[in-house]
Amino acid sequence: MTPLAADVAQRLRRRARWSGFEIAFWVVAFASIWLLPQKHLILTETAILALFALSLDLILGYAGIISLGQAAFFGTAGYFAGLVAKYGLINDPVLALVCSGLVAAALGFVTSFLVLRGSDLTRLMVTLGVSLMLGELANRYSNITGGADGLQGITVAPILGLFQFDMFGHTGYAYCLSVLFVCFLVARRLVYSPFGLSLRAIKGNALRAGAVGIPVNARLVAIYTISAGFAGMAGALLTQTTAFCSLDVLSLERSADLLLVLIIGGTGYLYGGLIGAVIYKFMQDWIATLTPQYWQFWIGLLLVAIVLVGRDRMAAWHEAARAALARFFTGAMAWRRRPALGGAAPDRR
Amino acid sequence: MLTILFDGTAYGMLLFVLACGLSVTLGLMNFINLAHGAFAMAGGYCTVVLVNRIGVPFALGLPLAFLATALLGGLFERTLYVHVYARPHLDQVLFTIGLVFMSVAATDYVMGSSQQFVRIPEALAGQFNVFGIGMGKYRLLIIVVCGVLTAALQLILAKTRFGSRLRAAVDDQRVARGLGINVGAVFGITFAFGSGLAGLGGALGAEILGLDPTFPLKYMIYFLIVVTVGGTSSITGPFLASILLGIGDVAGKYYVPTLGAFVIYAIMIVVLIVRPQGLFARGPAR
Repeated sequence: MTPLAADVAQRLRRRARWSGFEIAFWVVAFASIWLLPQKHLILTETAILALFALSLDLILGYAGIISLGQAAFFGTAGYFAGLVAKYGLINDPVLALVCSGLVAAALGFVTSFLVLRGSDLTRLMVTLGVSLMLGELANRYSNITGGADGLQGITVAPILGLFQFDMFGHTGYAYCLSVLFVCFLVARRLVYSPFGLSLRAIKGNALRAGAVGIPVNARLVAIYTISAGFAGMAGALLTQTTAFCSLDVLSLERSADLLLVLIIGGTGYLYGGLIGAVIYKFMQDWIATLTPQYWQFWIGLLLVAIVLVGRDRMAAWHEAARAALARFFTGAMAWRRRPALGGAAPDRR
Repeated sequence: MLTILFDGTAYGMLLFVLACGLSVTLGLMNFINLAHGAFAMAGGYCTVVLVNRIGVPFALGLPLAFLATALLGGLFERTLYVHVYARPHLDQVLFTIGLVFMSVAATDYVMGSSQQFVRIPEALAGQFNVFGIGMGKYRLLIIVVCGVLTAALQLILAKTRFGSRLRAAVDDQRVARGLGINVGAVFGITFAFGSGLAGLGGALGAEILGLDPTFPLKYMIYFLIVVTVGGTSSITGPFLASILLGIGDVAGKYYVPTLGAFVIYAIMIVVLIVRPQGLFARGPAR
C-alpha cells in the first residue's frame, strides 16, 4: 500500500470509529426496555418508524434520491408478513421478517430502474406513482388483502419459539429495538465503507462521480434495493407487532410523514431518522391529546417553519449540539482515564 | 362511448384549468408547488359560501371565486413562497406539503369535514340530447368556459407584451433579467393568476370532483400528472395531457371500475420512463 492510500485508509477508519455519543445513545435505547415499561407501545411504534426513516436516509441523505414512495416497500412487506403468518406459511417471525425484507428488496430492485432517469420531480412522481399503484392493487384484490377492513386474523408465533408477543408490547419492543439495532449496524457499516463514500460522491455530483470511475447507476440500484429491504422490514415489524395490516400502510401520508421525520432529525448521518422518529412520535402523541382532530395542522405548520428557518441552519444546530455532546463524552472519558495514566506514569520512570 | 368521450373531455378541460397555473410556476421558477390544490379548494369553498349562504348568483360567484383565490395566491406568493424559490427541491416539497396539511386541517375546522355542494341554477341541470348522445348541460358549460379560457390564455401568451415577457422568462430566466424584464413581478402576477384559475376550476368542479377538506391531497396527484406528462415548456402540452388524462380516467373507471385509478398511474409511469421530460416537451428541461 502506498503511503497516501494508507493515510486515507487510516483517516477513514478513524472517522468510522464509535463515538461516545453513539454508545450512549444505544445504551439509553436498550435501557428503556427496563426503565420505561409503561411506554412500550409507543416506543415500539417509534422503533419501527426509526427503521423506516433509516431506510429513507440511506437513499435521500446518502444518495440524494428524493422519494415519496417508500411506503410501497413498507406496505408490500407488511402485507407479505401478514399473509405468511395468517396462512402459517412461515411460522417463525424472524424468518418471516427476513423474507419480507427480501420481498421488498426484490420490489426495490425492479423499481430502482425507474428512478435512474429524470429530474427530482420525475423521480418524485414515479416513486409516488408506484406506491399509489400498489395501493390501488391492494384495494382491488380485497379478497387477499382484506381491502378497507384490513387484514385480520393474523396470529404471530413466538419469536424463535421462546418469546410470546404480549398485549403490553414488552416483547414487541425488545424485538423491534433489536431488529433496529442490527439494521443500524448494517447501515453504519455500509455508509462508512468505500461503497458509502462513492454514494456521497454521486450525491455531490453524479457526472463527476462517473468521471472518476464510479459506476453511478449500479450504485444507485444497489442502495435503492437495500433501502427498500430496510423499509420492508419496518413494514413487517409493524404487521407482526400489531397483528394487523390495513391499506394505510401504502398511503401517501405515510411517505410524507416519513420525510418530515427525517427532516426533523436531519439527513445524512444515520441518527437523523432515529432521533427524528423519537421527537415526531412523542410530539404527535402530545399534540393528538391536545387536539385529536386537527393535529395535522400543527404538523404542517412545523414543516413550513422548518423550511422557512432553513434546514442548513438546523443542520448547523445539530452539528453544534452533536459537537457539544461529543466534547462532553470525550471529556468525561478523558477525565476517567487521566488518573490511571497519572498513576501509571511514575512506574515507568 | 361518445358519452364517455364527452364526459372525459369535460373532466380533462377542468383538470387543465386547475393545473395550468401549476405548470407555469413549475416551468418558470422550477418550483414544485404541491399546494396548488389548496387554492383550488379555496375557490370551491369560496363559491359555496357565496352562493349557498349569502345568495350570490352562480354566474357572479365564479368570477368572485377567481378574484378571491388570485388575491390569496398573490398574498401567499409575496409573503411565503418568495423565500423558498432558491431552495433545493426537497425544501419546496416539504414546504408545500406542510401548506397542504395546514389547509386540510384548517378547512376541516372552519367548514366541517362533510362534502359540500354548490347550488347550481335550475337552468344548468338536466341534459341535452344531440344525435342520441346525452350531454349534461353543466358539463357542456364547463367545456365552453374552459375552452374560452384556454383560448384566451393562448392569446395572452402569444400576442401580448406580458405574454412575451413570460415566455422569455420561462425560456431563460437569466437572459430575461438581463434584458430588463422584472422576472419576480412577472412571476408574482402569473402565480396569482394561476391560483385564481385553480380557484375557478375548483368552483366549477365542485359538482364533478366533489369538495371536501381532503381535496388538495386527493387531486394533487392528478395535477402533478398533468404537469409532468405534459411538460412545462408550453400550455399546449399540459392541455393535451389533461384531455388525455380526463378521457383515460373516465374510460378506465367505466370499463374497469374495480381497478380505480390504477390505469392512470400506470400510464404516467410508462410515459415518464420513456420521456422523462414529458410527452410534449421541446427539449431537455433545465
